[in-house]
Amino acid sequence: MTATVSITDAGKCYGKVEAVKHVSFTLNEGETVALVGHNGAGKTTLIKLMLGLIRPGRGSVRVLGEDPATGDFAVRQRLGYLPESVSFHMALTGRETLAFYARLKRVDIGEGNALFERVGLANEAVDRPVRTYSKGMRQRLGLAQALLGQPRILLLDEPTSGLDPALRRQFYDLITDLRSTGTTILLSSHALTELEDRADRVIIVNGGLKAADGTLEDLRRLARLPTRIGVTLADGKNAADLGASDATWRTTGDRTLEAAVQPENKIALLHQVTAHPAVITGLHVMEPSLDDVYAHFLAGQVKTP
Amino acid sequence: MKNILIIAAKEIQEGMRNRWVLATTLLLAALALTLSFLGSAPTGNVGVDPLDIVVVSLSSLTIFLVPLIALVLSHDAIVGEMERGTMLLLLSYPIGRRQVIFGKFLGHLAILSFATLFGYGAAALALAITGTAISSDSLLAFAAMIGSSVLLGAVFIAIGYLISTLAAERSTAGGIAIGIWLFFVLIYDMALLGGLVVAQGKPLPSGLLDLLLVVNPTDAYRLLNLGSGNASALSGMGGLAGQTALSPLILLLALLVWIIAPLTLATTLFSRREL
Repeated sequence: MTATVSITDAGKCYGKVEAVKHVSFTLNEGETVALVGHNGAGKTTLIKLMLGLIRPGRGSVRVLGEDPATGDFAVRQRLGYLPESVSFHMALTGRETLAFYARLKRVDIGEGNALFERVGLANEAVDRPVRTYSKGMRQRLGLAQALLGQPRILLLDEPTSGLDPALRRQFYDLITDLRSTGTTILLSSHALTELEDRADRVIIVNGGLKAADGTLEDLRRLARLPTRIGVTLADGKNAADLGASDATWRTTGDRTLEAAVQPENKIALLHQVTAHPAVITGLHVMEPSLDDVYAHFLAGQVKTP
Repeated sequence: MKNILIIAAKEIQEGMRNRWVLATTLLLAALALTLSFLGSAPTGNVGVDPLDIVVVSLSSLTIFLVPLIALVLSHDAIVGEMERGTMLLLLSYPIGRRQVIFGKFLGHLAILSFATLFGYGAAALALAITGTAISSDSLLAFAAMIGSSVLLGAVFIAIGYLISTLAAERSTAGGIAIGIWLFFVLIYDMALLGGLVVAQGKPLPSGLLDLLLVVNPTDAYRLLNLGSGNASALSGMGGLAGQTALSPLILLLALLVWIIAPLTLATTLFSRREL
């Protein structure tokens, strides 16, 4: 895999505030990476560093092999960026707006129509002033401008915040299409859950430091969070009848019990519990949610190698 | 260069859409027409070319109005786009920050030039249509007045950008712009007059007076338009103009410096700005 973005020990201060302290990571071709962290964790600063809008105070940032903050900005021709809560010039129409950005990127304006279709911006909306757009329409227009000129790297800053679930889903479908074309996609978000199955890799930042970096599976494994197993007992049975005395059962409701179990003991416990089908009427296996994993890394600041 | 033109074209497009171009042109035309027809009444038939009177009255109007229009157009250019968030997206494109400012400057200057040319041009045209004889000298003075009005506008557009780069908020920029306008258009001259009164006829060293006149772009403009030809006799600026060693060339240069200096400072500051 070819690295398209590499950040080495980058740091950035705004006055006395260290927005980014020591962060290193690489993004590869065709990879979809989620950059996750609280508000103010340094996500936007990292994206601005990659765009060359700010210069790192320490370390280096390389995008497509070049320093994005110097030179003739040729790198930016191959970059697509969707800022957090994107805004446009209100008086211009969607078509005029996209034409303006297309000219700046030296992209054929004819590409615009195809893009409007791709992001699902309705034909009658395209020729209305942006002032009249809803949040979702503005976000679609924002995505359309980011896709101008088939960028090799897409930096999307909180692309789905404020979108309704249907739009969000459509948005991610679009991202999935793009993945197959070899584009590096960086999605920043403060919600990990919606990124499940969307991202190849997750980078968690917290307080300007990288807290974790890996696939969701890696992170789950590293976090070693227990799986919760819940059972519903049949009439007249109690916890002792389960035959799984190593686990600590906790009553969570009328005839429901729950136990937390480490990943390596999970199968054994399930085996014990299901050995007597007459005892239970229901069984749930609750893997730790991504939010649990996220919370774990934020709390512990565990560093991955 | 192409980027500069793209930005300029977008500013003009926006100006037309916001009715900015239309509004300023109509405002200037209405005032110019009023002045040229009301202003020519008291002169009667004394052999003064009516267009000369229009030059005098219009340039006095320009000193107040054009800087105000220019500042209103420009004070928002940087800080407004920063606040709305459009600047961040724009700068993520392959475009330099200098190009952004120069492009905006070109666009705003085009809007102002259009308004001045057609607004004031309407007055000259109306005089010509109503059958007033216009000498070629007066026409030249009128053309020079339009040209220097555009220059004066450019000065205040450049100053507006400097304000817009320095201010952290739009409202601050607006406040500073009003302050700057008041200072150059009203307070400066009042202070100068006050100083002369206090000096009680003690002659000011002429070099100092020249300097004081060049340091304020509106005074340079005033002297440029009212200090020579028929206009100087009509406006009473002839007395002052006779005292100074400031040639039209020096005055033009002063205006140019007043454009280049703020613009350079604004681009330098903006290029260094952390987003």
